[in-house]
Amino acid sequence: MIVNGQEEQIATPISVTDLIKAKGFVPERVAVEVNGEIVPRAKRAETTLKGTDTVEIVTFVQGG
Amino acid sequence: MTTTEPTLDELVGTATNTALLPEPDAHAYDAIATGDADPLILGGHKFTSRFILGSGRYDLNLIKATIENAGTQIVTMALRRCRTTENNLLDYIPKGITMLPNTSGARNAEEAVRIARLAREVCQTDFVKVEIEHETKYLLPDNAETIRATEMLAKEGFVVMPYMFPDPIAARQLEDAGAACVMPLGSLIGSNKGLRMRDFIEVIIANAHVPVIIDAGIGRPSQAAEAMEMGADAVMAYTAIASAGNIPLMARAFKHAIEAGREAYLSGLGTVTEGHAVPSSPTNAADYLSPSK
Repeated sequence: MIVNGQEEQIATPISVTDLIKAKGFVPERVAVEVNGEIVPRAKRAETTLKGTDTVEIVTFVQGG
Repeated sequence: MTTTEPTLDELVGTATNTALLPEPDAHAYDAIATGDADPLILGGHKFTSRFILGSGRYDLNLIKATIENAGTQIVTMALRRCRTTENNLLDYIPKGITMLPNTSGARNAEEAVRIARLAREVCQTDFVKVEIEHETKYLLPDNAETIRATEMLAKEGFVVMPYMFPDPIAARQLEDAGAACVMPLGSLIGSNKGLRMRDFIEVIIANAHVPVIIDAGIGRPSQAAEAMEMGADAVMAYTAIASAGNIPLMARAFKHAIEAGREAYLSGLGTVTEGHAVPSSPTNAADYLSPSK
């Protein structure tokens, strides 16, 4: 699975909720895209990831 | 040798200067709504502060004090990949502040829309500052792509606040595309040079039906006041504050300047005269200096 541009060995299947938890991110502070599509908060638990998925997990940083 | 001393009248030549301060007009003492009674309205949301603050690059521990000193109600931020589990910016933003995500990093309208949707997913608000740039030397906004992105995002219900090059025609097109305001640059981002684009921003202000927020280049409080005096609805600043010796104090200086500039605009600036002075004292001669009369 590719997470934020890095190839990672993550046991699948895994839900988006569990991936966020495994990475140590705060769920309310991130947005998740799987293969270019946003996974809304309400769908994170039921969205299961495969080893071939590309995942982006983003948050706010300082900026103008 | 005997010469007649000229009278003061002859010396100052009152006859050549007939300009007088105009009589105050009937409205000169009317109460004007200011402060909380003079809100900035963006997409139906009311703000009493006219100062939008960038959150970039200073110590996270200073953000709260800076926001409080600025009296700001809107703070901008950028969206990037999660890299760390610690020190999330959102932990440092006081409650009640409206978060204004920007689309920095977007090179076209589609990328801006993608970023805006992700940002909405993080903060659950509809505000977005559209910012589309192609290079990092001048960081100039692409007005054409910004207009496209604004149209797409407005249709999705976003409160779209587009950063733009101060082209009055593009400002009109952004309005037509559904922008909640327009955000022309005063000069290059981070340059602290002030209102170098003044003439064109004046045209934008004169013709706008949405708030005009000066974004980028405002380098000192006097420049922020100048922008507000000429009728800008708000000012966004970041570098001027982040590069100050004392960041929270400079934030407060900007707050005062923006409020002063707004009140000056609301009260109506005095007329500029050319080629002569306008006396503020009585123009009849100082009679006690001419005892013969």
